[in-house]
Amino acid sequence: MAVSAPARLAVADRSQVERARRRTTIRRRSGRVGLYLIATLAALVAALPFIWGTITAFKRDADLYNSENNPFVFNLDPTGEHVSFLFNDTSFLTFAANTLWVGLVVVGVTLAVGLPAAYSLARLNMRWSGPLGIAIFFVYLVPPTLLFVSLTRVVAILGLQDSTWSLVLIYPTITIPVSVWLLMGFLKAVPRDLEEQAMVDGYSRLGAFARIVIPLALPGIVAVVVFAFTLTAHEFIYALAFISPSDAKTISIGVPTELIRGDVFFWQSLQAAAILVAVPIAFAFNLLLERFITGFTMGAVKG
Amino acid sequence: MALGVEVRRLKKHFHGGDVHAVDGVDLRAGEGEYLVLLGPSGCGKTTLLRTIAGLEDPTEGDVLIGGNVVNGLPPRARQVAMVFQSYALYPHKTVMQNIAFPLKAEKIAKEERERRAGWAAELLGIQHLLSRKPRQLSGGERQRVALARALVREPSVFLLDEPLSNLDAKLRALARDELKQFQGRVGTTTIYVTHDQAEAMGLGDRIAVMYEGRVRQVGPPREVYANPVDTFVATFLGSPPMNLVHRGDHLLGFRPENFLPAELVEGDGSRVTVSLEIARIEYLSGDRHVYGAINGMGEETRVIARLPATVTTPLEDGEVREFAVHERDLRFFDAESGEQTHAQPVRA
Amino acid sequence: MSVSQPPPVGLRGRATLADREGFLAPLFLLPAVVYIIALVAIPLLMALAFAFSDVTVGDPSFEWVGLRNFDAIFDDPVFWRSLRNTLVFTVISMALTIVLAKALAMILLANFRFKWVVRFLVLLPWTTPIALAAVAWLWMLDSVYSPIDWVLRSLGFIESNVYWLGKDDLAMASVIAVHTWRIVPLAAVIILAGLISIPDDINDAAAIDGAGFWRKLFEITVPLTLPVIAVATLFGAVLTFTDMSVVYVLTRGGPENATQVLPSYAYLKGIGSGDLAQGAAIALFLFPLLLAAAIAILRSVKRMETF
Repeated sequence: MAVSAPARLAVADRSQVERARRRTTIRRRSGRVGLYLIATLAALVAALPFIWGTITAFKRDADLYNSENNPFVFNLDPTGEHVSFLFNDTSFLTFAANTLWVGLVVVGVTLAVGLPAAYSLARLNMRWSGPLGIAIFFVYLVPPTLLFVSLTRVVAILGLQDSTWSLVLIYPTITIPVSVWLLMGFLKAVPRDLEEQAMVDGYSRLGAFARIVIPLALPGIVAVVVFAFTLTAHEFIYALAFISPSDAKTISIGVPTELIRGDVFFWQSLQAAAILVAVPIAFAFNLLLERFITGFTMGAVKG
Repeated sequence: MALGVEVRRLKKHFHGGDVHAVDGVDLRAGEGEYLVLLGPSGCGKTTLLRTIAGLEDPTEGDVLIGGNVVNGLPPRARQVAMVFQSYALYPHKTVMQNIAFPLKAEKIAKEERERRAGWAAELLGIQHLLSRKPRQLSGGERQRVALARALVREPSVFLLDEPLSNLDAKLRALARDELKQFQGRVGTTTIYVTHDQAEAMGLGDRIAVMYEGRVRQVGPPREVYANPVDTFVATFLGSPPMNLVHRGDHLLGFRPENFLPAELVEGDGSRVTVSLEIARIEYLSGDRHVYGAINGMGEETRVIARLPATVTTPLEDGEVREFAVHERDLRFFDAESGEQTHAQPVRA
Repeated sequence: MSVSQPPPVGLRGRATLADREGFLAPLFLLPAVVYIIALVAIPLLMALAFAFSDVTVGDPSFEWVGLRNFDAIFDDPVFWRSLRNTLVFTVISMALTIVLAKALAMILLANFRFKWVVRFLVLLPWTTPIALAAVAWLWMLDSVYSPIDWVLRSLGFIESNVYWLGKDDLAMASVIAVHTWRIVPLAAVIILAGLISIPDDINDAAAIDGAGFWRKLFEITVPLTLPVIAVATLFGAVLTFTDMSVVYVLTRGGPENATQVLPSYAYLKGIGSGDLAQGAAIALFLFPLLLAAAIAILRSVKRMETF
């Protein structure tokens, strides 16, 4: 019944089989090498500015401002003066504190507002749940560059101009839509049976939500927390528009404006600041990579 | 062209040696043979199948197809086709595209591909479904598409991983029959994995009973059924399972269908009688399953007797009756190792 | 599973408010909806109103001027340049991003030593605040001190520095490159989600059926992850389209508005020049375009096979 078609191995023929096995081993190995190469390349391209930045943070001026010097090594002795400049002579620590506190409060507000909303859309299926969910997602599309004009007015009217409270108030408009969307995904992944079991056991819907669903969705919630915090720490436009005095700035605008005075760039300190901010967040993201993925899977394709 | 499959000293470990999924297996399937790998979940049968397919690399040992070692060869080069428990149909492709897909790798032109796919579809009676997508098909239809896809390449070996377990019970018996006929017609060496002992008994030329990564016994269904090599095989095959009675340092085993009211067992001096205290009686498709306890053979044990419809002896819950089993239907197992041992004197 | 004892069934009597879904559902949504209406919908309408007014930073009195701002914009060549640039940046960045993110997702999925190191490094572009990342690139692309130029010079590929941010086309390429560099990790993570959701059986079946790397990629993996890829594109496009910080930090829109985009131009006009009304009018163009793209993408996702 069998007809020998081209590219078909006659398994009964020993020499052919031996050759094929050798070829496969070679192909596998070169595939492996290729993978390592590409992965290394990707890592380098992604991290290049940071690798360079870490070295630069400790370079002396004379070393740095010499276009002939190898930028990736220390041509003169490394120095910690720029890093200490960052910590002692600029408001970096204030910026960091501001960013941290704004971030935490915003995340808190986002969860308090977003978690119930996500639960409502994911579980309590009312007629308008579907369209409302999509509408909330669309809010995400309204660009800050459009809203900042009016929001500047609103902030001024409320007397929050130049205060970090303005950010605390406004940032949730950015974090809530996306967080609700992601949380919907995570909440849907919690099996209904468990809630129903809890209600049979005597809890109200509210109780089931608080005692069963939230603990089970905790990994996803943590992922959303990190994501929301990141969005807050990154935000540039509103911060730039609402806040001018130094001691109220966040890292995102404080570092560029403080360390770039006119035409003078404090490059080493800038790099140190960038690394100090990026690394912890990348770390946190890495830990939560798996959780994050679940949320997107559920929210995106099935949402 | 059917080819034989053999594994030698095969071991597959996972998690750096913590999990011994396959723990030293030697097995042969002859050309055209229908070999069933039977065992409970976790016994390693699926891992063994996947290793034969080339989806996993063995930690130790060899896989041979057609007499040649094929370790390291990708599945395609081994000329094996596989049907998965979930059928693994490509959801975004039509039935025709699903069946024709394996032929693309052989660089066969489109018309030729479609002709062959049509031939395979006809063989399985699904030619009217060619333009549908998998989600529009029933379980039975999907299974046939999976078979057609496996068939279209005219492989040397069929590997099937519990292909009937997703069908509902009624359909399963029918599908089993069709599968056996189909394999008989096509004549390809088939290795079939299942946990359902009835399926194994019905389909296999030979059955390999596996447990904890090892093959406990290989043989034709009747042989494995009648002469189990240890208590595991003895209790895994047969429904209801073999009765085992503890008796000193060994176990006495007899099958429910051989345990009948004493007057129905040849009384030529080689039968063993015992009092059965009947606890309850189940009526199943004409048979009667009698559950009770006996005391005279060894330790007190709960046993089951299976009376076919032809036995009309009236029995009641709570009765105590003399039952018997013929000596030739007794099997003896060592109490510690579980292995079958020689016959022991039984007369009470 | 329960941490504390629920009240005995008999005592709770009939359902309380905490049970009625008809009550809970809107209640749970209320804060979010109120927030969004108060701080998005209303400002949006305000911005709409501004666009038809003469409000400036100096003179905040409000007067309707009809379409005057829009006339001014349509006559402004910089506006058209910005619009064109915004579209060009977004489309090219997204095209590059999808290809690179797909490759990166596959790398993130693969198993090899130092996987964690690579994962960590590869996420850095996304996790750094935009402004800081842009500042880092400012030096990388500096006309005198650029390390990239240094490497190229040492290897003998060029004689004198390349003016990455000084020449029109190079500046555009640089901005696109930085955008892509930033977004690829995020897109890769989203696509990774899609890759993981493909059942293992299907990959096994493809291996048995003899599909090699490329065939499997294009005939199985990509079609099955298309919805997720679309979502990643949407997210990426939104972030690129509405971003002004990269342009603002790298080039301020220069040279000669070669890299000016709508968001940065709106900012320049609104806060920079103080003409809030014009700033609003310019920014207004962002929203409908985004909305159209989002609807298109989401609709095609719905239409795609769900199984």
